[in-house]
Amino acid sequence: MLELRKDIFADERDDNLNEVGKGTQRQDMLGHVTGTSTYFNDHKLQGMLHVRVVRSTQSHARLRRIDTSEAERSEGVRRVIRGADVPRNLNTLLSLINFGKDDEPTLAVDKVRYRGEPIVAVVAETLRAAAEAAAKVRVDYESLPSVFDVEEALKPGAPTVNETYPKNTFTYHERYDHQKLRFGDVERGFAGADHVLEQRYQMSPIEHAPVETNGSIAAPDTNGRYVVYTSTQALFFSLDTCAKILDLPSNTFHFIGGTVGGGFGGKVDTLTEPLAILAAMLTGRPVRYVLGREEEMQFGPPRGAERIYIKDGVMRDGRIVARQIRGYFDSGAYTRLSSYAVVKCAAHLPGPYTIPNVHGDIYCVFTNRTPATAMRGFGITGMDFALECQMDKLAHLIGMDPMEFRILNAYRDGDMKAHRREAKNTALIECVQVAAEKAKWPIREEFRRMSSRKDGGGARAAVPSTPREPAQPRSAPAQQRTSYDRGLSMPPQPDPPPQAPAPSPGHGATRFSSVFGTRRR
Amino acid sequence: MARHRGRGMAAINYPIGMNLGGDPSQALVHSNPSGKFTVALSSIDLGQGMKSVTRQICAETLGVPVEDVYVDTADSDTGPHCMGSFASRGTHRVGNAVMAAAKEARGVMMEAAAEELEVNASDLETDGRGNIHVKGAPHRSISVKDVAIAAQFRQGKTISGRGIFLVPLSDVDPETGEMSPATCYAHACLVAEVEVDDETGEVGVIRMDSAYELGRALNPRLVEQQLVGGAWMGMSHALYETTEPYYPDPKQGPRDFVEYLMPGPGDICPHDIAVLERPAPDGPFGGKGPGEMCANPVLPAIANAIFNAVGVRIDELPITPEKVLRAIKAQGGARPQTRR
Repeated sequence: MLELRKDIFADERDDNLNEVGKGTQRQDMLGHVTGTSTYFNDHKLQGMLHVRVVRSTQSHARLRRIDTSEAERSEGVRRVIRGADVPRNLNTLLSLINFGKDDEPTLAVDKVRYRGEPIVAVVAETLRAAAEAAAKVRVDYESLPSVFDVEEALKPGAPTVNETYPKNTFTYHERYDHQKLRFGDVERGFAGADHVLEQRYQMSPIEHAPVETNGSIAAPDTNGRYVVYTSTQALFFSLDTCAKILDLPSNTFHFIGGTVGGGFGGKVDTLTEPLAILAAMLTGRPVRYVLGREEEMQFGPPRGAERIYIKDGVMRDGRIVARQIRGYFDSGAYTRLSSYAVVKCAAHLPGPYTIPNVHGDIYCVFTNRTPATAMRGFGITGMDFALECQMDKLAHLIGMDPMEFRILNAYRDGDMKAHRREAKNTALIECVQVAAEKAKWPIREEFRRMSSRKDGGGARAAVPSTPREPAQPRSAPAQQRTSYDRGLSMPPQPDPPPQAPAPSPGHGATRFSSVFGTRRR
Repeated sequence: MARHRGRGMAAINYPIGMNLGGDPSQALVHSNPSGKFTVALSSIDLGQGMKSVTRQICAETLGVPVEDVYVDTADSDTGPHCMGSFASRGTHRVGNAVMAAAKEARGVMMEAAAEELEVNASDLETDGRGNIHVKGAPHRSISVKDVAIAAQFRQGKTISGRGIFLVPLSDVDPETGEMSPATCYAHACLVAEVEVDDETGEVGVIRMDSAYELGRALNPRLVEQQLVGGAWMGMSHALYETTEPYYPDPKQGPRDFVEYLMPGPGDICPHDIAVLERPAPDGPFGGKGPGEMCANPVLPAIANAIFNAVGVRIDELPITPEKVLRAIKAQGGARPQTRR
């Protein structure tokens, strides 16, 4: 089933190793196959309470009133948590690496932006008691128009999904509504091409579908600390996110995880830890917050949808001379991590091929759906689907074998990539050759002889002349700085102007934008 | 009405690690007085084998048997910082951090052994079986266990090491997109054979053949696990899965595994894989990482195979029987292309 082709690139390896390269049994195999590996949900703590979240029934609505009085009187309820109870309700995940603005509340306060958005958390003795109380929370909505299509969301007059980004796009470099990639002159390339092919591709959202749903258990520990058992894929990322949202020093928390029942990118968002810890702080009891399967499927973040337009210019001999790509990532109502996937996607263009003229515009778009997040191949999988379907169409168009067409256009060592770095350590040609051999797919001798290590560089190493577009000045406010930036040297700052005292946070009355949304450097 | 076979292929590359914010991971390695080593990490094992691959890297670097190394991970009180298990970064970033920590620990271990054997540390080598001996004189030997005891109780040395691997933040040019998004890339090419029923629009995957280049395969069985599982996920993504079947209309969303379709055991096909190893110059023993990219070539390869079988292009995922059937009907029936 798996064959190691040690003969290929053998001169680049020293295979004289003791442990590396061996198919040693996994360290955790015995635990896994005997059912004794410990997952977060195996920690059953004495006096443990359970969280159930009340979720929006509307895709986009103003919250007129949230009435929790009946829920608070419900049997077994120990606490009802609202947005105003969350110390720093507004956050964006990548603020930890200084990317983007706080745009998402832990619990909605003035508005909901997708169906399923958390509004209130009920903490009760049993999951059933929590669910019954949650059903008694009355939310008075004022419906707002929704937008679900990425291109509709960009049109003038489209409803604003998220006021942090009023035009429904993430802001790049404090001035653009998309990430650009410019390499050479695609218009000149198209003009000289024998064929031009423009196509549209679409990927719907999908679920990570882990066996273990997202969840965590938080418990008060000695000396004012909290222990947190979690399914996170990123221990310190989740810990530091909680420290920010709960406005506590990071060493307040002792996070324990590491054995996860499937992640695939769906356990980076720190969906449950802040509320589990907050509930433990407010009740003094251990608290468990685990998503049910329906919550995981519909309101846990999916791999977001992407819409991609590709326009290629190709010559009759098979050379691709220009590739223009416009891509829209559907981020849902909040940024989470899609802003980053856009940059990763731009760097990936035009795929593993050397094309002299490349032009990319990739957008992170907000719509009224469940926020998207990372998933295996983040920023790349949808684009690879589009690129490789397009490659098949181009090969068909000019009557060339698709394997040979890939080999002809493949990048090689020494070539200049569109993000302006030299290609090194490439191996696409060899992969195509070996896959063809395995599948008994005949390719011509000249293509069997080609190599990633030959005939690259030279003229292919040059950065082509690229027309300059008028640059826009920076307009948006400077991006915030947060925990991971504190060690960086920063210019001295003037004292902040005196601010009016924040209004006392009545339930549902806190406007996030006036409190947390406008931090400056 | 008939079933039509077709073949399609796709080729891809994949960046290892993330390119924003800087990409660090740390590791600590120390020995107990019996010469058994612990690696402390905060990295997560999602089932991909993080603990196992870093254990092998540590053992190889120290020059001790893998059984003498245990990886303890994901406790924020004991494990040093790691960005997390995503972006195919585990093997490369964490592996490099463990390698650096193990090198430092090995240095102390060799110094302690040199003191016991009264030679220069540079004259010593490990045998990979738990002993250290003078080069060319295997009889002048001491066990790692005896070295650890001596270091702890006689010499007052800690056989330990600290490691970090950091890929610094890459600036991104706003106008051109110039950036350093990754330090190395994995590669793949995959051929899918499908059978398309022109009466129902159903697509079955018959077999897959593939070649993956991943840098050094640090543990071929873990690589196989990733590639086989990842191809299944790609097939599922291509033909079955979505939380919004009529996207961008958000209605009709599935709520459980009855409504959310995925292939079952009967839908899995044979998959023959070749692994190529072009070592990454900055990878631990040349390793890159097979994590995410293994699903990617499957999607377009299946779409292209469907075209080869019946002559329709489905450019919207997932490629459901409904979409295939509508497309076949729209072109007035199946149009099989040249058999490959």
